[in-house]
Amino acid sequence: MNVTPRKPIITLSGVDKWYGEYHALRAIDLSVFKGERIVICGPSGSGKSTLIRCINGLETHDGGEIAIDGAALGTDARAVEAIRRRVGMVFQGFNLFPHLSILENCTLAPIQALRLPRAEAEGRARHFLERVHIPEQAGKYPGQLSGGQQQRVAIARALCMQPDVMLFDEPTSALDAEMVKEVLDIMTSLAEDGMTMICVTHEMGFARQVADRIVFMDAGQIIEINAPGAFFHAPQHERTRGFLSQIMH
Amino acid sequence: MIAATGPVEAFVQSAPLPPRPAPAAPRMAWHEGLFAGLASSAATVTIALLLAMAAPHLLSWAVVNGIWHGGPAACRAGEGACWAFLTAKGPQILFGIYPPGERWRAIAVVVALTALALWTLPPAHWTRRTLIAWIVGILLSLLVMGGAWLGLEPVPTSAWGGLPITLLLTVLSLAIGFPAAIMLALCRRSPAPILRWMSIGFIEIVRGLPLLSMLFIAAVLLPIMLPEGFTIDNFTRALAALCCYSAAYLAEVLRGGLQAIPPGQAEAAAALGLQRWQTLRFIVLPQAIGKVLPALTNTVVVIIKNTGLVLVVGLFDLLSSARAALTDPDWPAPFAETFAFVALIYFAICFGISRYSLFLETRMNMGHRR
Repeated sequence: MNVTPRKPIITLSGVDKWYGEYHALRAIDLSVFKGERIVICGPSGSGKSTLIRCINGLETHDGGEIAIDGAALGTDARAVEAIRRRVGMVFQGFNLFPHLSILENCTLAPIQALRLPRAEAEGRARHFLERVHIPEQAGKYPGQLSGGQQQRVAIARALCMQPDVMLFDEPTSALDAEMVKEVLDIMTSLAEDGMTMICVTHEMGFARQVADRIVFMDAGQIIEINAPGAFFHAPQHERTRGFLSQIMH
Repeated sequence: MIAATGPVEAFVQSAPLPPRPAPAAPRMAWHEGLFAGLASSAATVTIALLLAMAAPHLLSWAVVNGIWHGGPAACRAGEGACWAFLTAKGPQILFGIYPPGERWRAIAVVVALTALALWTLPPAHWTRRTLIAWIVGILLSLLVMGGAWLGLEPVPTSAWGGLPITLLLTVLSLAIGFPAAIMLALCRRSPAPILRWMSIGFIEIVRGLPLLSMLFIAAVLLPIMLPEGFTIDNFTRALAALCCYSAAYLAEVLRGGLQAIPPGQAEAAAALGLQRWQTLRFIVLPQAIGKVLPALTNTVVVIIKNTGLVLVVGLFDLLSSARAALTDPDWPAPFAETFAFVALIYFAICFGISRYSLFLETRMNMGHRR
């Protein structure tokens, strides 16, 4: 069999980050390959969110290097914007734009940042709203939707930029229990379509089902990276075992 | 183990309950609002008595004995309101000392600015084209008022007067003050200390000074600061002071709006690859302005009425033109009638703006409703 050497789409090498005196990320090394699904988990305050917010430059890193498809993430605003157009992000709090309709939420960035003609942007928006099963809400405003629907719109909004990578920052943590599944189902189907995903989540069922690798973080460090089977059934590190025993009942 | 309270009596719904209409709200009869209890009845009776005392005098003065036609002699002879004065002096009140032969230019400016304002009301008209129309409209208004081109007779700003001055000062101080206010509000929140301090310094100094003193400062200091041989007219001096005033006050209102926008909004926009100014233009500012619309309206209305103060630097705006008209020795100087007329114009503008802002608020809330 002819195996082409896989090239990582995201590389983090020796990434450090401080908040004042607090060392929030410590020498993070991680490579993510095209089509890979990574789940990052760990106790709160372990640096998971900070890590993925560094990947699209929402937080700046103080040391080490982050590269997206070979392009290093620096301080040049234009270059950072170019990277963000290729890296979609879904937030815990949805962060839809309340003064814009659902359709406008999905077309704003394609029109303004990608310079797509309006008709094409709207066609794309309707396609992805269909993809997250809410095409009929296009004319409404975010405040008229349930939390689960809002988060699905947020996913569609990110997909409208046709990104290479999707980042999820605890996408189900702000949802009522009965709406978690509708969001996780969308994420699962995205993963099945081959989307490269990095997902911070506490949903261990999702992690077990979807992840190629699970990254366990604690105190700003990566403690263990493992395949889901090994991670849940034979965790190597003592702290991983401690964490799993806390969350598995 | 919970303390035993006997076996649990299970409940399972046997049939669903369909929704029923809400009970009808009790309708209030007209007199219940006016005579609900002793205090309310007393207030109603007192106000009715005061109205009954004032109304006959007012009516007989304004309507029954009102003098609608004739000249100064008719007004001297009569008892009632001298409305004839307004008919005779109306153009002078509205256009001040602007050369009567050229008055059509002043009328054209008032009509053009009013038409532009009315055209801009429907949000569907908030386009780049409307913005350009405003810029062209304001520049043309100034050129038409001033003349000295296209064969128009030159009219210096010192000869401008009345409603065109009031409208031009209002429109210009908002057109220059509002963008300046946005800059000031953003600088005040900037992480760069120099920008922040300059903005704070400007806002605090302007807010700390009465507008009247700023108009004096502009009238006296500006000419001193300019290089020799370079003069600047009273209109521009007054405009500079008014612009500083509106920029500082609008900036503080806008700052409140900017603070109310959660950081997640700008983050989400940035994560989509929007540039900083795009984030500002499409996400942050529309929401910030929406949140402070009532306070913005309030400031705008104050700015309009403040233009009346320019009389202290020798400009004849609507209010001072009215006072000037009253000095005609031929007429018996009907103050109340003249100021009622001027007040009506101010009120129409300010009340219109107030209702319009209410319309915008309602329209915006429709989208945000949960």
